[in-house]
Amino acid sequence: MINSEDIEVVKVGMADFNIVKNPGMITTLGLGSCVAVVLYDTKLKIAGMAHVMLPSSKAIKNNNNRAKFADTAISDLLSMMENEGMRRQNLIAKIAGGSQMFDFDSADDVFSVGRKNIQACKEILAEIRISIIAEDTGENYGRTVEFYTADGSFKIKSVGKPEKII
Amino acid sequence: MQDKLDELHMDVLKELGNIGAGNATTALSQMLNRSIMMRVPEVKVVELKDVSAILGGEENMVAGILVKISGDINGIMMYVLEYESVRIMLNILLNKNITSEDELCEMDLSALKEIGNILTGSYLTALSKLTNLTMIQSIPKLAFDMAGAILSVPAILFGKTGDSVLFIKTDFNEGDCDVVGYYILIPELQSFDKIMKSLGVV
Repeated sequence: MINSEDIEVVKVGMADFNIVKNPGMITTLGLGSCVAVVLYDTKLKIAGMAHVMLPSSKAIKNNNNRAKFADTAISDLLSMMENEGMRRQNLIAKIAGGSQMFDFDSADDVFSVGRKNIQACKEILAEIRISIIAEDTGENYGRTVEFYTADGSFKIKSVGKPEKII
Repeated sequence: MQDKLDELHMDVLKELGNIGAGNATTALSQMLNRSIMMRVPEVKVVELKDVSAILGGEENMVAGILVKISGDINGIMMYVLEYESVRIMLNILLNKNITSEDELCEMDLSALKEIGNILTGSYLTALSKLTNLTMIQSIPKLAFDMAGAILSVPAILFGKTGDSVLFIKTDFNEGDCDVVGYYILIPELQSFDKIMKSLGVV
């Protein structure tokens, strides 16, 4: 495991995406019902991360911010990575987040957005034929996630829980 | 139905923020049987991406108390407090001496929910009186977690209408103790129009 102090760190905010090259690390802090989607080129060791807030740009009129929605954010991130010379067949995905922070009835539309976000990300990744090799999703707590390009490890930190590497 | 909130609507929400927070202070004073002061609430419209910074960064521990609103109006209301303020509030309320290392017990948590209930309830009562619209609030739900994670809930709900969030910062004090909290009110779009109509704004 590489120490985050010695390498380039790229921070991805809410409704945002970016990429980082080996040996850098890409991170997003305090994920709740949003989902972090990491695309990783296993040959070039370059990673991209999108912090997705809502499942679909098609369901909403005000959809100018493409980084907010699973469909447009993943598609834009993929284009950005392909422009950097990455090839789709070398990409794998890891996803995290999509929790339900408050324990209202999960059938409730408003509060099941975490689950819908996860589902949307999975469907889109399946469509573009990128396989998800690891995930840490759902539950009812927040996550800070760090993806290390050097070895492709995805570190998940939550309050009061041991660190996980997936 | 409009796609986003314009300035006039924000002004109305700001004024409602003032009235609501005033009511909440009175309710809190009565409950504690002590004089509680309130600074004039600050109402801000914040870009989604800057939301967590206000609460001390995405990883800062906060408490979020959330109620659903139904009746003539549908939506949610959330009251967010930094951990430090939670502690001060509970110490005042329960006459305790919780330090920053202490874990909160079951009683603390239900007291906190009750505070949230009163604070959101008094705000909604003010809004309801003013608009003549019925607003029924659900039992409050409480979550302790990283600010980013807690705020993702209102950010997502608000994110459906735009890229900014409405925050009402309230600052209660009792003697030397300062309790800073934030209200986030998110009516559904149709409900928002109803509020505006009933206030004669549209």
